[in-house]
Amino acid sequence: MNNFEYKQAEDVATAVNLINKQDNTKFLAGGTNLLDLWKYNITNPSGLVDINRIHGLAEIEELPNGGVRLGANFKNADTAYHPIIENKYPLLSKAILAGASAQIRNMASNGGNLLQRTRCYYFYDPDVPCNKRNPGSGCPAKEGYNRIHAILGTSDHCIAVFPSDMCVALAALDALVNVEGPEGKRTIAFANFHRLPADRPDLDNNLEPGELITSIDLPDKGFAQNYSYLKLRDRHSYAFALVSVATALELDGDRIKDARIALGGVAHKPWRSTEAENFLMGKSANEFNFAAAADIILRDAKGYGHNDFKIALAKKAIIRNGLMALNPQSQLPGAKPSA
Amino acid sequence: MRSETQNLNHLKQGDCTVNLTVNGEQKILQVQPWVSLLDGLRDHLNLTGTKKGCDHGQCGACTIICDDKRILSCLTLAVMKNGSEITTVEGIAHGDDLHPIQQAFIDHDAFQCGYCTPGQLCSAIGLIKEGKAQTREEVKELMSGNLCRCGANVGIIDAIMEVKAGGGHE
Repeated sequence: MNNFEYKQAEDVATAVNLINKQDNTKFLAGGTNLLDLWKYNITNPSGLVDINRIHGLAEIEELPNGGVRLGANFKNADTAYHPIIENKYPLLSKAILAGASAQIRNMASNGGNLLQRTRCYYFYDPDVPCNKRNPGSGCPAKEGYNRIHAILGTSDHCIAVFPSDMCVALAALDALVNVEGPEGKRTIAFANFHRLPADRPDLDNNLEPGELITSIDLPDKGFAQNYSYLKLRDRHSYAFALVSVATALELDGDRIKDARIALGGVAHKPWRSTEAENFLMGKSANEFNFAAAADIILRDAKGYGHNDFKIALAKKAIIRNGLMALNPQSQLPGAKPSA
Repeated sequence: MRSETQNLNHLKQGDCTVNLTVNGEQKILQVQPWVSLLDGLRDHLNLTGTKKGCDHGQCGACTIICDDKRILSCLTLAVMKNGSEITTVEGIAHGDDLHPIQQAFIDHDAFQCGYCTPGQLCSAIGLIKEGKAQTREEVKELMSGNLCRCGANVGIIDAIMEVKAGGGHE
């Protein structure tokens, strides 16, 4: 653990300016992941710019287009339990509550949730090589213990997975990420926010240096009638997903008018397949068609040994979650609890 | 240690001044910016009731109540909480009168070694205040951030269910 300088920013421009003036300075919001990484010597910031007191970032507001804007500093728990989110975006509410613990959800910010780093064992061990932590050093996970690792979108350089639950729902909902940086403001579509590892696994996302997430916009369409979030993990609560699925359906009778299926725990970013979603359009919402969609989603899936089971598990999870989305009251947050 | 009050809007080269209300008392901490709230409470204010278990946010032993919310003091810098109101396990009883959750823990054998207990108690108080857990299954889910290696979990959940059923308590 290194020492660092600490500074509070009271507005976004000041925060961005502070980050740019000094190398290796980071924004500090909830701190739940950043301070953990610092304690493990994975990140060694020379300075932290505390953004918690910036006015206007910790709000939630309805937008003229029918959507909702989530402030970057609004807490995960406050978001999940907010009446607007519970009623209009219950998929997001369920996904947030499937992640972390009550205490961490009280601390973690919405912006920070998008910036969580992988929980790959090798990334978290500074004594071993890791292309994400130390570019060019290698990836021991490919031939090592890779039970928790990716089956989709991997590269020779990295097979880590992105750990967020909240982001799986945000991906399904086609959220937008509003950022502000040295070059001004811009909006990033959720699908383009996180990256696949390719040959730069050190980059988790497409933020430019010094850019701060200020808010996340949810489109009007919340899929409140037919949705489900399923998270499968090694223990029933407070564990990262082996496979998770966010399913949102718009139905016309038993026909699918619109379908969103996003997967967590299987790739370096929340995983969606436009081809599979298009395949479902106009089809009956049944086990057979969800299985066919799963086959499309998983067509190029590749196991690395210990994680081979994820391919079959993901297929079953996609089917089961599609069926649960038909009757959201039937959904269970994970495996059936033991008696 | 510098004693003058510093403007928190300026770069901290050394110690930071952190004003806290801890268990109803005004406290001023002079700490370096990297001192966790947990270490601030234990090492600077001698409030050692709050425990350091994993120090990585995995066990919940360091749970305290900050501005009415249960949080992990190990993953919070003290300086982030300037101006906050904090309750630790030392502050939940009223004199010799135990908080109902403390009495319920005794009545239900909700601890063995006791190391996780301060965090369990603060977490339980937070859970009851939040009002989101109604069923036993929901209480278990919303207490999953507090591990107990002695395996007293059944007693812990029993104790929380009893206090919840009692109503009127905090």
